[in-house]
Amino acid sequence: MFSGFMTNTWIVATIVAVVAGVVGFFVVLRGSAFVADALPTGAFAGAAGASLIGVNTLVGLGVFSLLGALGIGWLGRRARHDVAVALALVVMLGLGALFLSFSVEYAPEIYSLLFGEVLGISVNEIAPVAVLGVVCIVAIVVMYRPLMLSSVMPELGEARGVRAYRIEICFLVVLALATSMALPVVGALLIFSLMIGPPAAARAVTDRPLVAMGLSVVIALATVWIAIAVSYHTNWPVGFFVGAIAAVCYAAGRAAAALRRTRVIRSAAPPALAPVQASQ
Amino acid sequence: MGHLLRAIFEPGFFTSAPVHVALLAGGVVALVSGIVGTFTVMRGQSYAGHALGDISATGGSASFLIGISPLWGFAGVSVVAAGIMDMIGVRRPRGRDLATGIVRGAGLGLAALFLYWDTTRTSTTGAPVTILFGSIFTIGSSMIPAIAVFSLVAVGIVAVLYRPLLLSSVSTDLAVVRGVRVRTAGALCLAAIALAVSLSAITIGAILSTALLVGPAATALRLTSRPGLMLTWSAVIGVAATWLGVLLAYDSYYWPPTGRGWPVSFFVVALILIFYLLAQVAGRNARESQNEEPACSQAS
Repeated sequence: MFSGFMTNTWIVATIVAVVAGVVGFFVVLRGSAFVADALPTGAFAGAAGASLIGVNTLVGLGVFSLLGALGIGWLGRRARHDVAVALALVVMLGLGALFLSFSVEYAPEIYSLLFGEVLGISVNEIAPVAVLGVVCIVAIVVMYRPLMLSSVMPELGEARGVRAYRIEICFLVVLALATSMALPVVGALLIFSLMIGPPAAARAVTDRPLVAMGLSVVIALATVWIAIAVSYHTNWPVGFFVGAIAAVCYAAGRAAAALRRTRVIRSAAPPALAPVQASQ
Repeated sequence: MGHLLRAIFEPGFFTSAPVHVALLAGGVVALVSGIVGTFTVMRGQSYAGHALGDISATGGSASFLIGISPLWGFAGVSVVAAGIMDMIGVRRPRGRDLATGIVRGAGLGLAALFLYWDTTRTSTTGAPVTILFGSIFTIGSSMIPAIAVFSLVAVGIVAVLYRPLLLSSVSTDLAVVRGVRVRTAGALCLAAIALAVSLSAITIGAILSTALLVGPAATALRLTSRPGLMLTWSAVIGVAATWLGVLLAYDSYYWPPTGRGWPVSFFVVALILIFYLLAQVAGRNARESQNEEPACSQAS
């Protein structure tokens, strides 16, 4: 299970889990689940287009997820946010359907882009994933404070001179990078599930942002490792296990939060300040 | 004139049976999605609509596996998922999107499992593509009665709940004061969305069903702020985009590069985007010319 080609799988999955845990923390904090869903799903159109004109898949994915992020930012200024995301997603998918109809044999590749094919990763794929992963983490570290401020208290952020729109665009670009890094190796479904399940569970357990982020990375790593191990033995798709474990984590986190709330009420303390907690 | 008509409607358009079925089924689905979609957009549930469409693919893949009509699989799983989403019931929009995402992740994980079984145990390698992208030209005419029943149920729910839903979409507090059971109305509305989405997932594909649900309604929202008019616009735009899309896709069999035709879903999406951008420009112009008069509508 740890020999030969599986080594690559373990390395790449670990990088992806760390990045998903960190970036996903802000996805959950900002309530951008729809964007985190739309970018990976829509970016596959870029892969289809890249295979059509014969360039590297990663380039196609990168271009499309960046365009998607900018499109969401641009449309989101003029319309409701969820409508903007839905429109951008749908346009990318429409283009994807067009590209697919031009190329001939692509069905297995769609399946692997959506659901992941983590058991067949070559050595050449590790370097780009590692580089993009480091870029994402560095970007998050650099904009940690303004991002935190504009996610938790946008009004205060504006008052402190944090431009919410600029931060939004920067965050979308980081999300796009994380997406195009992970998509070719683990699939859209897996990266999305990793970005919301573990961070949501972590946030429900603790209020302190750095602890929550660390916990989210730990849960994401555990999720991926368990999923790969079980998938290796059963031969069932990894995406299924990741989705299922993420849902279980979320349920457990919600249960823990509910338990904590009732305990707080019983001890007659003032009710928890749910929306502000994360800023402490 | 005759030449022009023949250039627009390539030979055989009006006599081809698949085209008839596509126009009929596609029109019905676009109508239903347009009506239900208006409430989806007003209530800010676009993500739930999109996620339900994706999840209904789980039902589609399961129905391939156990050999029932895909329509039942799509609709059944979608309504069940809507129920789960409502049960998790998070009030704040941020948390609600998160719950939606978790349900979607788990649902698609199941879809991956079913598709894996589909492709390994039976030889339907095209199944993922069919389920995800749909194919409007291959709807069997036997499916039309079922499509009609589901559409009637979806539109019926929205019609019965028209006023309460409108009220609770605009202001939840006001609706509670007026005695609307907000929770029940919300759950039923989500069920209607689930039905509409699974219908469109069958015709233009699970993923692209979002286009018909959100696009026309968002366009209508730009054009008017009167609810009745909004519903009409949304339905008209949806049907127009679908029919034009079918026509263009039929014509495109004679286009480069492959001569196999361009996908209907591409045309439908492109038309919806064009309509949306046009409406945005029109809406801005209307607002600018109205600026002297006080704006009196708050419904949107």
